[in-house]
Amino acid sequence: MKKISILLNSLAPFFGLSAIYLLFMAIGPESFSSPHNLETILRQTAIVGTAALGMTLVIIAGGIDLSVGSMIALVTVVIAAFLQAGISPLLSAAAGVGAGVLCGLVNGLLVTRLRVVPFIVTLGTMLIIRGSAKGIAHEQKIDAPLSWLNTLLAALAPDALWQLLPAGVWITLLLAVTVALLLRYTKLGKHIIAVGSNEQTALLCGVPVDRIKVIVYTMSAGFAGVAGLMQFSRLTVGDPTVAIGLELDVIAAVVIGGGSLSGGEGSVAGTIAGALIMTTIRSGCSQMGLPNWVQEIITGAIIVIAVSLDRLRHRRRESEQ
Amino acid sequence: MASVNSPAPGPSLRMRNIRKSFGATAALGGVDFDLMPGEVHALVGENGAGKSTLMKILSGAIAADSGTIELLGTPFLPRTTFDARTAGIAMIYQELALAPHLSVADNIVLGMEPERCGILRRSVISRKAQDALAQLGHENIPVDVHVGTLPPASQQIIEIARALATGCSVLVLDEPTSSLSREDVERLFKTIRRLKAAGTSVIYISHFLEEVQEISDRYTVLRDGCSVGNGMTGEATTGDIVRLMIGRSIDQLYPHSVHERGEELLSVKDLQGVRKPRSASFALHRGEVLGIAGLIGAGRTELLRSIFGLDRIKNGSIRVGHSIGCATPQKRWSQSVGMVSENRSSEGLAVHLSVMDNITMNLRRDATRLGFISPRRLQRRAEESMRLLGIRADAALHSVDTLSGGNQQRVALARLLHEDVDVVILDEPTRGIDVASKSNIYSLIDRMAAGDPALNLKPRGVLVVSSYIPELLGICDSIAVMCRGVLGPSYATKDIDQHRLLEEAIGKGMTE
Repeated sequence: MKKISILLNSLAPFFGLSAIYLLFMAIGPESFSSPHNLETILRQTAIVGTAALGMTLVIIAGGIDLSVGSMIALVTVVIAAFLQAGISPLLSAAAGVGAGVLCGLVNGLLVTRLRVVPFIVTLGTMLIIRGSAKGIAHEQKIDAPLSWLNTLLAALAPDALWQLLPAGVWITLLLAVTVALLLRYTKLGKHIIAVGSNEQTALLCGVPVDRIKVIVYTMSAGFAGVAGLMQFSRLTVGDPTVAIGLELDVIAAVVIGGGSLSGGEGSVAGTIAGALIMTTIRSGCSQMGLPNWVQEIITGAIIVIAVSLDRLRHRRRESEQ
Repeated sequence: MASVNSPAPGPSLRMRNIRKSFGATAALGGVDFDLMPGEVHALVGENGAGKSTLMKILSGAIAADSGTIELLGTPFLPRTTFDARTAGIAMIYQELALAPHLSVADNIVLGMEPERCGILRRSVISRKAQDALAQLGHENIPVDVHVGTLPPASQQIIEIARALATGCSVLVLDEPTSSLSREDVERLFKTIRRLKAAGTSVIYISHFLEEVQEISDRYTVLRDGCSVGNGMTGEATTGDIVRLMIGRSIDQLYPHSVHERGEELLSVKDLQGVRKPRSASFALHRGEVLGIAGLIGAGRTELLRSIFGLDRIKNGSIRVGHSIGCATPQKRWSQSVGMVSENRSSEGLAVHLSVMDNITMNLRRDATRLGFISPRRLQRRAEESMRLLGIRADAALHSVDTLSGGNQQRVALARLLHEDVDVVILDEPTRGIDVASKSNIYSLIDRMAAGDPALNLKPRGVLVVSSYIPELLGICDSIAVMCRGVLGPSYATKDIDQHRLLEEAIGKGMTE
């Protein structure tokens, strides 16, 4: 009985997702429910979804990372600059993701060494990284020669239908499964939950709290790096002004998926569902010809509703004891 | 598990001349402490006597300034809690130290997870957890549920199981029974006896001297950072230990002038909150100090909060003077009811503001002129109340967090005097302050109830919640006991003794 209710709780974001999808199927145009549109939704979710995987870890560990949007911009700039210099696509991609990881390492070290709350540290690095990206790109887009990197998130060509989904979507899924396994089956995963659940306890039990935090911010930045790679794939240029405010979408995905900003809670499946919910709303609204501002209002309302429902469930569970 | 089966000749733990200062205050001024293998050793002393500091040093949470520690005959210098844990010293803190979002098994092995290349060995983990719980006789606790969903008593067992799973030879229990029911206390004692029989040494910290008498073999008393006495528990009476703890006899500590009982100020009938209190009725008169005894978690704070309008009430009536009914805190202040909450730093005071700002925080109507505040007037008013409470006048502009716990509490009380309330509600007014300050607070409470025409002080009614029964016996005119959300009848203090109160507090002989 208890197990069933826990299962239902963790599936709540998926019920929400299904409800929203069915709603648009009912009231939206026929094109919304086409397989083609489903693929588009998945492709559009890949960037936010990937970054949100990292954010899930950060939020479970009781932190926050506001700098992921800036990191994504920096990554696109670095990849474009490398490609422009004639370096191979693989190496350029690695350099871009590496730049992201480096930013995350800095975030982690600042949070643990300076003992400043992560909100402030990453608010600062958000500006620093954005500024650096603009500096490297001389405040303009960097054109890069086309390469196979640009096909990562493109719609599948008719001769590549055997892949079922674009490579970028597969990468997101693979990373999601990895993070889910990490949280469930590894020592690192349990330590991340412990740090977010009760940092003092974790410390008393000999969990290397600072090291865990550095790892978490670095991993989050790694995921942001992969998200940046996908962003570049779609843009085909390095754009230092891309993904402004994307960190908020990323945080929203985690929170809609049941993550708690006070730490300890959050799930990979929930986060992915949260990211899908937001893309589905966007897709549904635009297919129905609703203006942008309506989408924003609906998305905002969904965030508030999802989180208050989650809190309500928590309160009820507590009072049941 | 470290085995201590062969009777070791010396103590398993020897602490010598441990000193520790925080800034200018010496928390420990040369403490000696010996722990024999397989004994339960009670460490007693008042709040601020240095018990926690000593145990923090032992567990590696803080470092001593000087002194030596020997564990099983070898020098031991824990630099981190991890060091102490691997050496076999386990602390069970008063506040439960568990990660509520992890399962029981994950909590038990936290920090020492059996793993292979970073991958958890889940079967080993759950077996280890089950073993540890079985050793404690609690194999009924499921190991795969989240800890946050278990009741406090089971959570504590999980902490002890964690200590066992890592193989502890010294177990420190810091006020382990403060949130337990009597039944759970019995179970805990059974667990402790079981551990003792297996050779584990236990350091038992408690305020409840009856528990100390029941469970411990030996005791050590700390006072003001020094060890002032030790011996076999069986050879000492509770009175002996109390004398050592407070360093003087009880009469000197508690001033008690004649209180003249006046009209009824506050009366509560069949009050029922959302969860607690379940039922409470009492009346408070002018010139009366009414104490509410009971264990932590009995619902005393909730009772005060619902009277003061902080918690919702489901049933019953509250009458203040001539007005009946529930009210907001704002209304209560205007009805001349004032409260000082048990949590000074998070609720009672704005610790970053000055003493003056704290005292005048409510900004009585006459504090403003045409809606503007006159800082000079405020300061004059604040200084008046400060003088009454013996707070140094030059402290008015200092921020409250620079003061000692005792002085902070006086600032909180000064606010009540400043507001000139009739009904003074105090929740654990002497928690975490030293004996001298306590004695000061006691005489303040006494003066508030008695009034002082010379200082233009009227008599008031004082409602005090305290977990420390001797203090209630010392300062109150009447005492009622709260047990599991139900407030019993009020007794005149002269008609009741510590034993009776404690029995009522733990619900002995009461029919549920």
